[in-house]
This record gives sequence, structure tokens and C-alpha cells, in this order.
Amino acid sequence: MPGKLKVKIVAGRHLPVMDRASDLTDAFVEVKFGNTTFKTDVYLKSLNPQWNSEWFKFEVDDEDLQDEPLQITVLDHDTYSANDAIGKVYIDIDPLLYSEAATVISGWFPIYDTIHGIRGEINVVVKVDLFNDLNRFRQSSCGVKFFCTTSIPKCYRAVIIHGFVEELVVNEDPEYQWIDRIRTPRASNEARQRLISLMSGELQRKIGLKVLEMRGNAVVGYLQCFDLEGESGLVVRAIGTACTLDKLSSPAAFLPACNSPSKEMKEIPFNEDPNPNTHSSGPSTPLKNQTYSFSPSKSYSRQSSSSDTDLSLTPKTGMGSGSAGKEGGPFKALLRQQTQSALEQREFPFFTLTAFPPGFLVHVGGVVSARSVKLLDRIHNPDEPETRDAWWAEIRQEIKSHAKALGCHAVVGYSESTSICEEVCILSASGTAAVLNPRFLQDGTMEGCLEQRLEENLPAGCGFCHIPYDELNMPFPAHLTYCCNCRKQKVPDVLFTTIDLPTDAIVIGKGCLIQARLCRLKKKAQAEANATAISNLLPFMEYEVHTQLMNKLKLKGMNALFGLRIQITVGENMLMGLASATGVYLAALPTPGGIQIAGKTPNDGSYEQHISHMQKKINDTIAKNKELYEINPPEIAEEIIGSPIPEPRQRSRLLRSQSESSDEVMELDLSHGKKDAFVLEIDDTDAMEDVHSLLTDVPPPSGFYSCNTEIMPGINNWTSEIQMFTSVRVIRLSSLNLTNQALNKNFNDLCENLLKSLYFKLRSMIPCCLCHVNFTVSLPEDELIQVTVTAVAITFDKNQALQTTKPHVEKSLQRASTDNEELLQFPLELCSDSLPSHPFPPAKEHLESASSNSGIPAAQRATSVDYSSFADRCSSWIELIKLKAQTIRRGSIKTTVTVEKASPMGEGNFRNRSAPPCANSTVGVVKMTPLSFIPGAKITKYLGIINMFFIRETTSLREEGGVSGFLHAFIAEVFAMVRAHVAALGGNAVVSYIMKQCVFMENPNKNQAQCLINVSGDAVIFVRESELEVVSAQQPTANCQPLCTGGEVTT
Amino acid sequence: MTSELDIFVGNTTLIDEDVYRLWLDGYSVSDAVALRVRSGILEQTGATAAVLQSDTMDHYRTFHMLERLLHAPPKLLHQLIFQIPPSRQALLIERYYAFDEAFVREVLGKKLSKGTKKDLDDISTKTGITLKSCRRQFDNFKRVFKVVEEMRGSLVDNIQQHFLLSDRLARDYAAIVFFANNRFETGKKKLQYLSFGDFAFCAELMIQNWTLGAIGEAPTDPDSQVDDMDVDLDKEFLQDLKELKVLVADKDLLDLHKSLVCTALRGKLSVFSEMEANFKNLSRGLVNVAAKLTHNKDVRDLFVDLVEKFVEPCRSDHWPLNDVRLFLNQYSASVHSLDGFRHPTLWDRYMGTLRGCLLRLYHD
Repeated sequence: MPGKLKVKIVAGRHLPVMDRASDLTDAFVEVKFGNTTFKTDVYLKSLNPQWNSEWFKFEVDDEDLQDEPLQITVLDHDTYSANDAIGKVYIDIDPLLYSEAATVISGWFPIYDTIHGIRGEINVVVKVDLFNDLNRFRQSSCGVKFFCTTSIPKCYRAVIIHGFVEELVVNEDPEYQWIDRIRTPRASNEARQRLISLMSGELQRKIGLKVLEMRGNAVVGYLQCFDLEGESGLVVRAIGTACTLDKLSSPAAFLPACNSPSKEMKEIPFNEDPNPNTHSSGPSTPLKNQTYSFSPSKSYSRQSSSSDTDLSLTPKTGMGSGSAGKEGGPFKALLRQQTQSALEQREFPFFTLTAFPPGFLVHVGGVVSARSVKLLDRIHNPDEPETRDAWWAEIRQEIKSHAKALGCHAVVGYSESTSICEEVCILSASGTAAVLNPRFLQDGTMEGCLEQRLEENLPAGCGFCHIPYDELNMPFPAHLTYCCNCRKQKVPDVLFTTIDLPTDAIVIGKGCLIQARLCRLKKKAQAEANATAISNLLPFMEYEVHTQLMNKLKLKGMNALFGLRIQITVGENMLMGLASATGVYLAALPTPGGIQIAGKTPNDGSYEQHISHMQKKINDTIAKNKELYEINPPEIAEEIIGSPIPEPRQRSRLLRSQSESSDEVMELDLSHGKKDAFVLEIDDTDAMEDVHSLLTDVPPPSGFYSCNTEIMPGINNWTSEIQMFTSVRVIRLSSLNLTNQALNKNFNDLCENLLKSLYFKLRSMIPCCLCHVNFTVSLPEDELIQVTVTAVAITFDKNQALQTTKPHVEKSLQRASTDNEELLQFPLELCSDSLPSHPFPPAKEHLESASSNSGIPAAQRATSVDYSSFADRCSSWIELIKLKAQTIRRGSIKTTVTVEKASPMGEGNFRNRSAPPCANSTVGVVKMTPLSFIPGAKITKYLGIINMFFIRETTSLREEGGVSGFLHAFIAEVFAMVRAHVAALGGNAVVSYIMKQCVFMENPNKNQAQCLINVSGDAVIFVRESELEVVSAQQPTANCQPLCTGGEVTT
Repeated sequence: MTSELDIFVGNTTLIDEDVYRLWLDGYSVSDAVALRVRSGILEQTGATAAVLQSDTMDHYRTFHMLERLLHAPPKLLHQLIFQIPPSRQALLIERYYAFDEAFVREVLGKKLSKGTKKDLDDISTKTGITLKSCRRQFDNFKRVFKVVEEMRGSLVDNIQQHFLLSDRLARDYAAIVFFANNRFETGKKKLQYLSFGDFAFCAELMIQNWTLGAIGEAPTDPDSQVDDMDVDLDKEFLQDLKELKVLVADKDLLDLHKSLVCTALRGKLSVFSEMEANFKNLSRGLVNVAAKLTHNKDVRDLFVDLVEKFVEPCRSDHWPLNDVRLFLNQYSASVHSLDGFRHPTLWDRYMGTLRGCLLRLYHD
């Protein structure tokens, strides 16, 4: 019995009138935990009752502490009839179970009713006394910290990164139980809310146990999702990355290491292993321990904020590297071996992190993804989650083998998702294949002896763009050139990844949000026929989405995508694909070619004219975009087009600054396109449409930028004004004669209009950037498309923002091209070649995915799109897995650049002294952001994870302002409840906030609607850095005021 | 393709001041969109009409949800649903309770009852203010009235405390409440030249000097329930005013008063002869107004009487404002020199306020 939970009910306010006669309420409170219930006295005739109860004490197992939510119900006492419920508050007490998080939960919580919404507030105090439990076989995992943040949390240091943890639990959905026919909607909703709360508690506890087994103490990048499978049940699943974290305790540790990474890197000679993929020799060191540790070197731990003393160490590191670097090669190969073997021992070498300590990521191979269409079984046994487990295990296996095919031993930026329609479910997983630095993955015991030498070996930045696979034995045809930065290694010409832009990557100009949008009609069908139809459509969709992304990227004049997220949504009669990513120009990658249009019908004058008109438009657009995003790469001196076999190093040419070359740069004619250009062949109206749609994307109005990653390259002076928002749109398609084109256009317009609306609404924040723009598409009904967007708008200081990272660098330019010209004709070849040769068998045929994976020729210049499918023989459900591996490229990073990092917090400017804590200065205001940081502020404490699930239902839709009024109010209420919980934990912000689900259903004829929302994030305390001496005199006084209550805000 | 649902919810609630004004002015969404289009916002921002429509709808929905809270402004401060910076909260409240001059002139002094509410149609037609806006303003008056009507203490402070209005706006509301409670007639044709400001000025003087609260600055008996009421005129004081009648009823006293005033003002007034000729009429008018105030009906007609009995005669003789001031000062002061007059304090309480009011009311 290792815990005592204590609860005190203080007061209520703004209660609703429950007694019409007196216009007052006789309220009392029931406090329930597990099976124990306490009640307060009835406070007669008041809308602002003061209960001031005694401490209600619950003596409970810590297992229950983790699983159960504290349930507080406010009721109106009625002498003659049943007491009426006013509403409830569920409090997750998990944050009280870690030693470093919150110690008390105390504050005003909105009283929530699933039918009426928020009805007043209640003031509650909750404490937990935890006794130590020495039982080794315990079922609880108290003390394991959870973070939604997909990087090492700011005030921690990662001692060891253990790796992937996953778990899922299933249950029957109360909404579909027989009893639901006779109980009220309120009772049903509450049963569901409570069940999900219980299940996520259980899930978190189980994951915690796995972490303890791995000897970790935290889960980073924790992502928990619900699958509402309807009649077949409810699945709650979670993935994360187990770590051992150390709290940086001394205040000095928060001091900035603002320029340490760049400086020290500069001095490290570039020393890249020329052939990183020697699988060949060397005794593989068997590592008994399954964990691989990541030992943060003191000097490189930007993530863990190196302290003052650490800073003093850095020069040593840099200087010592000179000679030792030479020996680094073989040594490193050995380590790689060790790393690989260590990773191979893990079932899944996956990491849900998207941002890493510098040096962690050695090479990026490409995006790997896998999808599988499943039929949900009707009979379902809650005690056997094995089926679902097996489904995911298969997908993960696929991902792993794809990564291997790309010469990578790990997958980073890994995520999983589902889309369910009736009994069909698409499971998707994606990530970025990568090679991780052995230094960070060595076994803990070796740390001491290896660390010293390894530090000298760090790749100096451009390494992550270099191909990890053997270029003579490439998994797919790719167009390789020498890295534009270091000239030593090969890089692909385009790089796609699911991770955030590494902080040390050198980017030219600014980035932008790039989206590919696609709809495909599908016949309505049942069960297996339906699953087959979907499986057959999937590869085409993936291919088209990919083509669109590539075209749009070229149109922007950029060469890399970060944060790529492809969502395929299944509906009754259509499939939707939406891919979002942030395009950037990586200095290490070659300049992208233009797009060329070729007509199919020669000798048609007007047609030719039309073509050339289009061509001109495209060229203009590219030129305009380059200007807009300030992409002025240094002109390439020479290009060597030739064999992929490494040639002797060419002499390099020095370009001192971009201004020198600026006059040459912008020339955009077809000469540049001859080799590099993408050729779009227009042979029918479809293709015409495609070209048109390319040109319909309107750039954001001036003063606006947008990206779906955390940081916008090229902007480094954020001010403190942030505005997180959620926007939801639902459109009804006219059902008459829907064609794919009409559908595409509707969908495209929907997304574009939504973005336009956002720009308009946020115009008062200009200049500003929409960061972490997250689109979610769902198809709630036949003719309805719902798009939900959550993002944060951050203002930046215009004057300072213009100092983009200028690549004034010596640049040696050597390029080798693997391509001959035929390869450039991508679309047709791909269609005629690869697709027909790989028809997708409807079922029954069993292809080994691994074998098909390696043999697929389909490629558009270093991008392979390979689909393999295999159908399970099991007849109870059809399984078709579409696989797709996309390869990636890498941007080289200049070793010499001393530019300020585009640090999200403007660390360079603000971080020199720690601000005095002013915890009470922002009482009442809780900021919310999907990012892992707060601009202009330091996070001093993580208080625990926020994971909330709400259901709202109405039977008076019209009276509540229709669907818009209903959902608007509900989302506002959800925000309010999140803020209230954070404030009660003593926090003033939620970071890494995400709305994971927003399921909306309406029945206007019955005047009813229902909505389910699931949100999560990390509650934190942040301290503003505003009063520090600042280079920029432009302190955001004016900006921060509206967001901070009280005049006491420090400015 | 039709939009079924379209919402935007910010963690910090977005408030567009221009749209708020349109909403307060009672425009429908489509009218508001049309007005915004006319303002040239599309050209400035490059937005489309559809975007504007969606934006306007969103703001209207937000305002609609906020309206419930605006009815009790302290709730807006303590509620958790909308995160709004304090400066914005103040703006929301202030604008919501702001009113149109044209509207308030129509309603001032009327009973804030259902009957008056029915007349809002006519007021709307007459003033060109939308019916919706009229209703809002009327309901605001009524709401404030209901809350502070029975309260003790300073009227302005009470309003400020319960509605969180700025000092200026709270004073205006105090005047509105005071007028509504005492039902002063303000709508007569004769009074049309007066602005709300004129009345509010008078109301403030009257609240300061003629109500129960006026003498209760330092209440001797804290338990006294009626001690500190700003809303009602001091009945006892009004009764006492009858005593002033002697000033005109006693012919000697009247003559003496006249001679004192004339002596003092000789050569100082440009309209001396007119003053001399009219003195008795004017004095009778002013004193009779005082004597009649015991009757509720006459209290209501106070302003009509003042204009009829004093302002109009003076204006017809083209008295300059400065002469009016000199006259009133002398007229008030001279009473102290009348040996037979035994109510100088009462006179000062009456005349001090009246002088201020008359000076304010004396304009074209």
C-alpha cells in the first residue's frame, strides 16, 4: 500500500442555477478514486459555495495511482428527487508521482458536463504521499517521466538513449455495448471518458515498466493515440523513446552555450570516413547489454545546455582533434560495427525523436514508410491484444527492412497512425532511415575509454547529407553528386526526411510549407472487396503524392524536405492523401533544376504556344519563389557530369560571399534545365490539370512564412508573442457526378482557403511565421471532408530577422552525376516502366517484402518509389501492405560557418544571465504551443504530461449556434481545461501540444452532434528572458503584454 | 462545395476591434462583410470576400459567446474559457457598455420598462441606429439600473465595481440611472437643444448635493439603511424647499433682494435694464421651482421648468453667458444679506446646484 492520496474541496464559483424557483443551487461534491467515494456537505443556496472540506484520504496501491484518474463530481442536492449532476472534473494525478515534477495540484478546474459543457469552476487541492516500494516485481512504474516533446527536454541531459518502447491496450467501446441502448447519452459519454482515462493510465504504466526494465527513467517523444474501431472495440496505443535523463540542477547549467557548437566545430578538421558502409571485416563486438547508450559529450550537448564550465572545455576538444583525426577512420569503422550490432540486437531500432544533439545523426538515408490495410474483426476479445500487436509488429518489421536496404541501421522521427472507416483500417508507419553516431550509441561501460577519441571524430556538420548506402550498390537508381560543401562525399540531389531540420544544417534562404493534396474516388464496397480496392489504390496515391511533392519542391527552387508527414485517409467512397513538409535549400545539395514541359502532340501550333506559355509561367514562378525565399546559392563553378565513380578531387573555387555571385545566380533559363530539369510531359488533360494545380498554390502574403517544423530556417529573432490556434473546416461535396479532378480541386481549394483565412486572421502579428502547421484530414461521412489545422504563429523582429545565415563560404564545387539524360524523363518512364512491371496482385500472392524492396527500379532521380505487397493467407482478414521507401539526400554543412545558429529562442541574444524567477508574474495566463520551446523564455521545469480526452454531445444543435457554434465552444472549452490543469500544476505553459484527435459527427435532422477530442502536451514552467541585456534593443515589451496578466510582468 | 463548418479558435482569443464595433452596432454578418469590403480591407490584405465572410462569422460567434459574460463583467475576468489579455477585456467591456448620444437622449429619464422597450422600434427608425444596437443599449441601461438601484454608497463607485467601467463611462451611467429613477422629463421639444452631456452634468451636481448620500459623507449612524443613497433625492430637503417661498411671497424681501442685486451689478451687465425689469419674474420662477419639488410630477418637470422660467426669458433678451453667471452669483449671494431670511444653508444647497445647472443649460 504504497501511496496516500489526499484531496480537499475548497470552493466553487459561477455554478449554474439548478433550482429555478430560487435561482440558486444546493451543491455538494463527490470525490471518487478507485472504488472509494467521499462526499462534502451540501452548501445550501449558493452559486459560489465554500465547502472548505476536510482532507479526504485514499490509501491506494501505486498501480492504481497510475491507472485511475481522480474523479470529482459536483451535484445539486434535491430532497425529493434524485440529485442532479452539474458536472465532473477528472484529474490525472500522474504528475504527482515523479519526484521532480509537481508536488501539489491546486487550483480552479472547470466543471465539465458532456451535454452542457463547462458549468462553473471548482477549487481543489490534491497531494500524494508516496512510500518507497522495494518490491522488485512490482507492477507500477511510478517515477518514470513522460514527455511529449520529441527532443531531449531542455532542462535535462540525456545520459543514455535506450530506444523504442511501445504498448497497446484494447477494450470494448462503451458506446457500442448493449447497455448503451438504455442509458442516457451523458452516462454513456462519461463511461467512455472514464474508460479511456483508465486505459491511458494503464498504458502509461506498462510503458513505464518497459522503461524500467531497460533501466531508463524517462520516455521522450511519447505519442499516445486512440483508435475508435467502432463495434470491434477501442484501442489505445503508444510509442516513445526510452531514455535515462539527468536533470541539470545547477542554475549555471541553464546558461547558454550560444555559440559553442559553431565555434568548436569550426576547428575540427573535416574528417569523414570515405566509405562509411564497410560491413565487411572487423570482429563484431558482441554487446551483451541490449541498451545502447548515448553519452552526451560535454562540449556538444546543446540540447542539454552546457554549462559555464563545459564551455571552457570546448577549445580543448577542438584542438586536440588535429592529429587524432587521422586515426579516426578505422577506429570509427569498428565503432560502427559495434553500433550496428547493438542496434541489431534490438527488435526495433526506432527513435520517435525528431531533433537530436549535434553529432548524433551521422547520415540520413531517406524516408521509409509502410502501410497496411486491415479488416477489423468483428469478434473481439479485450484480453487478447495480440492481433493488433501482430499487425504493428509486421509494419515495424517492414520499416526496419527498408531502413536496412538504405544502408541504415536505425529509423529516426518515427511515427505511427491509423485511419478507420467502418471495418477497414489503414495502419501507417513512417520514419527516416539514418545512421547514428556510434559515439552516442556505445555501450555504457565503454564510455570512458572511447569518449576521448571519439570526440575528435565528429563529422563537422555536412555529414548528415552524405549517402549511407554503398554507391556502387545502390538500393535504387539515384542521381548522386559530390557534396557541395565538403566535396568529398556523395550526396543525393533531393533529400526527404521526417525529422526536424538539424540545428547545424546550413540552409540558404528561408523555408516554406509544401503540401501535396490528392483525392481518389473509390467504389463503395464491403469487407474484403473494400480492403482490396483500397490496397490497389494506395500505391498510386503514394506515387502521385510523391510526384506532387517533388514538383512543388522544384517549383520553390528548393532541394530538401523536412518534417514530411503523409496522411492517407479512408472514407466510404474516397481516399484522401495529404502530405505536408517544410521545403528548404540545403547548401550541401546541388541546385535543383527547373521544370520543363514537353507536349506530346507536335505540329500543333496553338498547342505548342500553350505549352510554351505554361513553361514561361513555371519559369517565372520558380524565379519568383527564389526571390521570395531568398535562395541565392553561390554559383556553381564547374559541374562534372560523368560516372558515379568517384573522380579525383577537383580544384575548388572560392566564393567569398553570395553578393559576388548574385548577378549570375538568378538566371533561370533552360540551359540550366537541360541537365537538371524535371520534364513534365503533357499528354492528356489530367497532366494539364496537374500542371495547373502546381501553379494554383498561392504564396503566403508578405510578412508571413509557414513551416511544419519547429524552426523556420532563416528566421532567428523570435519575439515573445505567440498564438496557438486550431481551425476546423468541413465542406460538403455536391454529390452529383463527382470526378477525381473535381474532388481534387475541392480539396485543394479547401486547404488553400483555410491557409488564406489563417493569414488574414493573424495579419496583426506580421511579421510572423506559422510554425508546426499540422493538417489532419478526416472523412466523417460520405460527402463530408473535414480538415483540422493546429499551428502556432510566432512574431519575429523584422530588422533582425533579415540576417539570414549567409553562406559566405569557400565552396568547392565538384559534382558528379550518375545520370544520363534518359533518367531525367521521369514521369512517363516511371509509369510505363515500373508500374506495369509491378502490378499489385489483389491478394493471395505472397511476396517477400524484403526481396521486392531491393529490386524495384522505379525511381525518379534518387528517389525510389517501391511498392511491394503481400497478402496474408489468413482468410479472416485481408492484409495488404504497401511499402514505400523514399530515399533521401543530405545537405552538407559547412564547417567554417560561424554564423549564429538559427536558434529558436534567439539564445544568442538573450542567454547570458538567467532571469530572476518571476513565477507569479504571469498568473492566470497559460501559453500553449505545439513547439518544444517558448520563444524568448527558458523552460525551468517540466511538470508532467497532459493527456486529456473529452466528449461533448448536444441535442440542441441549432440553439447552440449550429455545428460551428457547437464545435467552436467545445474547442474553446478544451483549451480552457488544458490551461486550468496546467495552472493547477503550477505551470504557465504547455509545450509540444498536439490535438491528436478531433472526431466530429452530426445529425442535423435530429438536431444532434457529438465530438471527441484528444489532446496532449507537456506542462512546464517557463521564465521570461526579457530583462536581459539585449543586443536587439527591440525588446518585445508591447508584444508580451497582451499575453501576460497583471502589470507586474517583467519587461 | 459548401462549407458546413468553419471555425478558428485561438489560445488567446482574437478580438478584431473593427468587427466588434460592427457587431455592437447591430449589423448582420452580411452587412458587416459589405461594410468591411467597402473599407478597402480586401485591397490592403489581398484577401477574398470568402475569407472575409468566414472571418466575420468567426468573430461574431466569439462575440456572441462573450456576450453572456459581458452582462456581468466581473465574470469575464474570472472565467477560464476565453484567455483574453486584461487590456482587451477592458476594451470589450467599455465598448459593450458605450452608448450612442442619439439613443440615450431618447431614453433618458424614461422608465426602463417593457413599455419603453417596445418603443425601441420607433427610436431605431428615428435615430437610424439598428434595433439590435438599441436593444443592447437599452438592456445595458436596465441591467445597470437593476443592479445598483437598491445599493448604498456612491453610485459611481457601485457601477464601477459591478461593471468595471472607466470612470467617465461610470459617471454617465450614474446620470442615466439617476434620471431613470427620478423620471426627469427630457424629451420635450423645448429641451431638444440639450445634449446628454448637459443632463449628465446636472445629474452629477444633483447627486452630489441633493440626494441622501450628499449629506451622508460621514454618516453619523452607520446602521441607518437609508443614509447613503445616491439614487433618490433627499425627500426631507425637498420638503424644506417650501420654506424658500418666502423670498418671493414676502414683497419686502423680494424688493430688498432685487435692490441688493441691482446695486451690486449696476454697470457690470450689458443687459442690466433687462435684468432689472425681469428680476421679479426670474426670481419667482426659480423659487417656485424649488417650492414645487415636493410633488413627483413637478420633480419630473424640473428641466422643463428651468428652461421655461429662466433660460428662455434670458435667451430672448440675449443675455450673454457671462452676464448670466454674474447675475446668478449675485442672486445667490445676496440672499445672505437679507435679514428676514432664515434658511441660508438650505438656500445654498438649492441654489448652489441650480446655479451650476442653469449655467450649463444656458446655451443655444
